Parts: sequence; C-alpha cells; structure tokens
Amino acid sequence: MRRLGPGLLLALIAGFAFLYLPIVALIAYSFNASRLVTVWGGFSTRWYHALLDNQPLLDAAWLSIRLALVSATLATCLGTLAALALARYGRFRGRTLFSAMVVAPLVMPEVITGLSLLLLFVAADVERGFWTVTIAHATLGLGFACIVVQARLVGFERSLEEAAQDLGATPLVTFATVTLPLIWPSVAAAWMLAFTLSLDDLVIASFTSGPGATTLPMRLYSAVRLGVSPEINAACTIMIAAVAVAVIASSLLLKRQRLAAG
Amino acid sequence: MSRSAGAARRVLVAIPYLWLGLFFLLPFAIVLRMALSDAATALPPYAPHFEGPGQLGAFLAALDLENLQLLFADALYWQSYLTSLRIAALTTLSALMIGYPLAYAMAAAPRRWQGLLVLLVILPFWTSFLIRVYAWAGILRPDGLLDAALMGLGLTSEPLRLLNTEAAVLIGMVYSYLPFMVLPLYATLQKLDPSLLEAAADLGATPAAAFRTVTLPLSLPGILAGAALVFIPAIGEFVIPDLLGGPETGMIGKVLWTEFFSNRDWPLASAVAIVLLLVLVLPLALLQRWQMARAGRAGDGP
Amino acid sequence: MSEPNRARPAPDAPRRVSPGSVRRAFQPWNEPQARPIVEFRQVVKRFGAVTAVDHVSLALYPREFFALLGASGCGKTTLMRMLAGFETPDAGEILLDGVDITAVPAHLRPVNMMFQSYALFPHLSVADNIAYGLKREGLPRPEIARRVEEMLALVKLEGLGRRKPDQLSGGQRQRVALARSLAKRPKLLLLDEPMAALDRKLREATQFELMDLQSELGTTFMVVTHDQDEAMTMADRMAVMERGRLLQIAPPDLIYEAPANRYVAEFVGDINVFEARIRAVEGELVSADAPLIGAIAFDEEAVRLAAGESVAIGLRPEKIMLSHEEPPQPVNKVRGEIWDIGYLGDMTMVQVMIGGDAGRLLKVSLTNSTRRIARPFAWEDEVWLSWDVEAGLVLPP
Repeated sequence: MRRLGPGLLLALIAGFAFLYLPIVALIAYSFNASRLVTVWGGFSTRWYHALLDNQPLLDAAWLSIRLALVSATLATCLGTLAALALARYGRFRGRTLFSAMVVAPLVMPEVITGLSLLLLFVAADVERGFWTVTIAHATLGLGFACIVVQARLVGFERSLEEAAQDLGATPLVTFATVTLPLIWPSVAAAWMLAFTLSLDDLVIASFTSGPGATTLPMRLYSAVRLGVSPEINAACTIMIAAVAVAVIASSLLLKRQRLAAG
Repeated sequence: MSRSAGAARRVLVAIPYLWLGLFFLLPFAIVLRMALSDAATALPPYAPHFEGPGQLGAFLAALDLENLQLLFADALYWQSYLTSLRIAALTTLSALMIGYPLAYAMAAAPRRWQGLLVLLVILPFWTSFLIRVYAWAGILRPDGLLDAALMGLGLTSEPLRLLNTEAAVLIGMVYSYLPFMVLPLYATLQKLDPSLLEAAADLGATPAAAFRTVTLPLSLPGILAGAALVFIPAIGEFVIPDLLGGPETGMIGKVLWTEFFSNRDWPLASAVAIVLLLVLVLPLALLQRWQMARAGRAGDGP
Repeated sequence: MSEPNRARPAPDAPRRVSPGSVRRAFQPWNEPQARPIVEFRQVVKRFGAVTAVDHVSLALYPREFFALLGASGCGKTTLMRMLAGFETPDAGEILLDGVDITAVPAHLRPVNMMFQSYALFPHLSVADNIAYGLKREGLPRPEIARRVEEMLALVKLEGLGRRKPDQLSGGQRQRVALARSLAKRPKLLLLDEPMAALDRKLREATQFELMDLQSELGTTFMVVTHDQDEAMTMADRMAVMERGRLLQIAPPDLIYEAPANRYVAEFVGDINVFEARIRAVEGELVSADAPLIGAIAFDEEAVRLAAGESVAIGLRPEKIMLSHEEPPQPVNKVRGEIWDIGYLGDMTMVQVMIGGDAGRLLKVSLTNSTRRIARPFAWEDEVWLSWDVEAGLVLPP
C-alpha cells in the first residue's frame, strides 16, 4: 500500500537538497581561489594555509574542545543521576519542581539562560572565564542528557535489576554490573549530544564568558559579522569533515558490534 | 528497602537537585529581581532595590514596574514580541509543509534505507549551527549563489536582495528547525500500521480520502510534537535574525541581546526576558494540557 | 444468604475423605511435627486503596511443589514478590526456616526467583548469566566454572555457555533462567508463570521435566500461575487466590472434587451451578428441589444444612450421564434437548437445554473412548440427564 511513488521520491530529493545545499556550497567555497563567491578562481587550498596561521582561531578551537570535554562529562554524570531519580524513584518530595527544572533548559531561550547565569556569576562576584562557561554548558547539557538516558530507562526491563538483587547483588553492584552496561549506549549518546551542544553554543558562552576565554563560536561569530571570509569556510569544512568521519566511524562500529552479536 | 538504600537514594536525587537549584532556579530569581531594578551607569550597571531577605518590607515599598511598563509603552518592544510570534508561527507552518512530505517519503522508503535517511536528517544537526546559518548568508547575498543561479538561468534580471529581510530570516529558521519537525513526524508515520490504509481502501476510501481520514489524524501527535519543538525555540532565536535579518526584523531575542550588550541596560534586558518567558508559558501550558488529556484518555481503557 | 453463623470450613481443612489422591505418600502438611520452610502470618499488602494481599497465612514445607493459582490481578504475584523481597508487607510477618525475614533486603535472602520474562542479562553470555549469583557469593573461579557446567548439564544446555541470550530459542532461554536461579542452590525457588512464554507442546514436556528436576534436587518450589492445568499437573498442593485472599489450600484433586466455594469450583474446571431448596436432611443424605430439574439428592457431611435453606449446587460436566431412555432412578434426572455439540477429539462437550426453550443450558462431557463413526447423539435429540448422589457439590458463596 505504502510505496515510494515518483511524487514522494521528489519530496525526498527536494527535502534533502534543501538540507544539504548550504553545506555543499560552503565546502565548495572553501576550495575557491577567489575571494568572491560568484567567481570560481580555480581550486586552491590557500584558505586552509591561512587558517593555520590564524593563531586566535586555533586558540579558540582548542578552548572550545576542552570546554566541551569537561562540560559534557559533567552534564552526562548529572543528567544520568537525574534520569535515574526520575525513572526509578517514583514519587519523592519536590519531584514536580525537579522534573520542571530538568526540562526547562530545553525550552528556555538561550538568551534567558545566558543572561540569568551571568547575573548569578556577577552577584556571586565570580571571575568569569573557562569555569563559568563550563558550569553554564553543563547546566544546559544536563537536561538533554537526562532526557536521552531517561528514554532508555523507561524501556528498561525492571526485572533485570530485580533478578540481580535476587541473585545476591547489592544495589550498587546491581547498578555497576547490570544497569550501567545496559544503558551505556544512551549514556554515550547523551555525552555526544552534550559535547556537540557545548561546542556549538554561541549565545550562552557570550553571556557567561569573560576576557581571555573566547570560544570558537564566539570567534567565528565576530568574523562572520564582518562579512564573508573564505578562511572561515575552510574552518567550517574541517569541522564538517571531522563530524562526518566521527559519525561514519561510529555507525560502522555499531554495525560491527551488531554483526559480532549475530 | 533497607536503610542504606534509602540514603543512597537521597544522595542520588540531591546532587542534580542542588545543581539545578543553584544554577537554574537561583539565577532565575536574580533575573526577576533585576527586572525590578533601576539602570545605573555603574559596573555592574544596575542599582538593586533589594539586598537580602531582611529588607523585604523596604523592597516591596521600592518595587517599581518601570521596566515592565516601558516594554508596553514603547512600540519597539511589543512589536518585536509580535514579530517573534509571527515569524515563529510562519516557521512552524513552513516546516510542517516541507517536513510532512519528507517524513512521509522517509516512512514509505524501503526499510533498509530508512536508517540511513534518519542519519542524513540528523547529520546537519551535528555540524555547527552558526556555520549553517552563515552558509545561508553566503547563498542569499546580493552577489551570492542564489542570485547567480537565478540570473544565470535568466529567471530574474536583477538580484533579489533577500539577505537582511524577513524572508531570509524565515528561510534560515525553517532550514535550522526542519529536523526537529521531520523526526517526530517520521517516528509517528513509521509506526503507522500499513494495514490500516489497506482497510480504508477495502472499505472504499480513495488514497486521498484514506490519507485525510486515517493517516492525518493518526499522525497528529507527531505534528504537535514537531510544532512544539519548532515554535518554542523559534520565538527566542537570536543568531538567525542577527545574521540574516535586517534592522526591521527585530525579533525579541535580538532586542534582549542589544539591550544587554550594546545599551548595557541590564534591568531592561531582564524585564524583556521575563516577558519573553511569559509569552512562552502559554503554548507550553497548552501542549502540556493536551498531552495530559491524551494520557488520561489512554488510561481510561481496561 | 440468610442462614446465621453457619460454620464455613477452614480453607485448608479437607471437607471430606479424599476421593483417592495421586501422591499419597508425601503429605507433610498433615503431619503435626513437620516444620514449615516458609510461613506467611497474617500478611497484608496495600497499593493505595487496593488491598493486593489481604491477611494471608500460608505454610510451605520442605521439598514441596506448591502452586499459587489465580486470575491476573488477584495478588498472587505480589505475594511471591514479598517472599523474594521486592515488596514489603504492610502488616504481618514472613518466616523462612523459622526466622522473620520481613526486613531482610532481597539480595540477602536465600531465596531465588525465576522471572516471568526470564530477565536474562542481555549483555552477558549464558555462562556469565548462570555464574552471576555465584560471583556475588565470592566463590573461587574454578568452583564457579564447575558449578556452571553442572547447571548447564542439569538443564541439558551443554555447549551453549558462550552464546548470548538473544541467540537462544524461547525454550532454551527458559532453561537458562532456571539454571541461573538454581545455581546458588536456594532453599526455595520461586517461579513466576514459568511456562507463560512457551507454546503448548513445549509447555507440557517442560512441566514434567520441571517436576523431575524438583524431586531430584529436593528444593522447595513455589509456582505462581494463572493456568489451572499447569498448577494441577505439577503441584503437590495448590492454593486458589482471589482478591488478595486464599480461598482454598489443598492438593489438586481435592480442589477439583471438593471445592471450598463457588468461586473455586467455577475457576478450576467446568461446572454447572444451580440453586436448590433443601427439603430434608437424613444423616449425610440431603434431598432438595431445584427449579427446572425437580427432586435431587446428594451426600454432604462438611456443611451443615437445614430444611428450607437455599443453596448453590454444582455438577461437573463429566459426572453427568446422557441417555435416550429414561433412567430408572427416582431422583437426580431431568429431560432436555441437545442444543449444541462441540467435538474436541478426546471428548465431546454437549449443551443440553432443560425446561423448554426458555430454560437453561447444562454442560455434559462425554469421553470418546472408542473410535465410533456414528455418534450416539445428534442435535435436537430429546435426552435424559442423570447423576449419582455423590456427584452434587454444595457450594458456599
């Protein structure tokens, strides 16, 4: 009954063309020897060389990566705890407030999250920099990580944990030997999501960062505001390539695992 | 449950609870307080009306709604709220129009393709949001790819000058939020039992009628989930109107940013934030109620 | 029901001499000096407004194969989960070997459970699943390996130790779950609907294997099931549970032939139930009048009855005889018309309408003991139904 007719095939092609057009254009520009987008000046890697000399951009990239590593790890730990609390402990005092606080950063406009955290740091008289951005990103990532892990826990067969306890495992041993290995893929996915969110965030970082802690999106944003720069195209292409390699590698890895499992 | 398990449980809840209380709830209270303060030229640039819980009486006496009043008195502010709502609504509608056929086609595609197609929808999400918006700026510029293509084909004789218009903002928004519409739609359409359509056909429904009477009502949860995922973040969007929009497309997220970073009026920025949240509460509450009603109906069964 | 203070039989007191039990030798519940391995004393468990387990008292004896039978939602799973330690009773106590274990957490109880879903750890191999409980005990590696092999042999899964659960068939998964729960040599094994996920043929074979295994190991088994055939096949004793209460605790044959009340009679097997008014009681012989049937007579010793009283009488379909000619006996007979014949192979279920078209249907079952081509009864035949004085059962509500 449901077949992929010519109309639907067209919808599919048009939809994906729309999704990938800007990315393809960007990659093409990055190899254009000419500074003008409408003029093809021949294939060139000159913008990639220029990028290597752009020390502020490289510094910002390194800062962003460190920031994303730390904040994603924090967000995943906190989010997993929150997911366990919400999925396992039924009703506890303050549950409504808790679940509202977990979900709120997901729907809260970034400008508000950023503003409110900045005001907190100012009120507490904390020097802004790496750690304030880390805390802000961990708070943002917590909600996303919690949702991802919670989705897995909801489908989790409770009797597996009961079976472990029945066989003599304490609650802690049960968590380490049964629960964690089984929710591990979702924990990894949550970490990846939190990492990407942190790496990608401009607004919250702009609010909560201080002098000397300029992240990659902040650096890109100020460059982009000044107009098109082929150097930025080159930087973007490298980032896209890195993401594509990571995604393909992980999907191949998953497929191998599935094959090994039979 | 033993006593130690109960203690472990409390610790487990307490850690994320304290974190969120400290870094979500408390900042929020500070924004509220700030919205009721006067702007000052000091650093930090505000004069608080409320310092510590001991001065509650004094605080209430000095409480002023000046900033909130300004938001409604000055057309700049309330018009930007309306602009935000209008653009968010248009974005949601356009994303639905583009996303529904795409999701339907994905669900109808051969099963072995479907994993790859979902991956292709998610993949742009993993690349920098800023970069993708910036790429559109390159396409929509007067000397950009779109104009070059259209004029090259002889379809237009002069540049469309789309960049820095509301149309450009809309294109950027639909583009950025499309995956959030497609994924929930695909999830509901994919679960739809094909034998339902066969049953409809068997009972005399044309394909169009079957779609209208079976597929569409059953995909309503996906439509609503997608709409919420697009509409709600779209209202507060800052980057897209800033990079693709012009001076007249003052969306509220951009106004907040400008008040904060350019005009350094922290109290007014806070007031903008508070009102923005109130604007968001309505669609969220409606969504919540709808979901509760659905859950209630599902729970009525045996 | 208007009769005052009529003595109801205690749930586990046999109502009359057993009509010939299958496993006579093993009856610890009738020996006053026997010590129970498990005792529930007035145990209560509530979930909100619902009382899932309502003042249940029950004793299980070592080496016993006990079945807890009931419809879904009757509280049988809650009762078992309290024994395993996954639910805490609101009142009462649970004793294991004479020790109160109500406050002992699940992981410290010498009781193991086989889960309805099997709950096999999908990330561990079959051998690691079986070894899981042994590792928690801290046994040395060679000992664990030896015990795992022993268990694999016991459930006839030698050589499959390295497979993952999702590489096994349903029957194999069930055996792994059984091996895992037996590996720690528990005093008591709980089995939650152990056959529910198996198809019918496999279920029958597995029932007998499970019985052999139980008598070989000497472990006490407690099975929770909603399937009466399963309970009756395997159990030394069984209990019928409804709305949190145990209605009757007895060997399967007594449950069937001497049900404690109407619910048990209707839940276990098929039965025709009708109202009758007592005319006279002469010793054990009771005579009564039933609408549409007329004069009936039955033996009754456990329930004291008085003339004029109304009671529910139950008649099992296989206890009723069918004939074309009128039987010579003066009572316990009625004329009817055959309305329906259901041929089931080993037996035939016949529905007979008594008291004319607006009367009521009685079920009669006939054993097909010979390979007859022509059947003795046909649709719309006028027939006589008759039964012995020992067939009728008085069913308290």
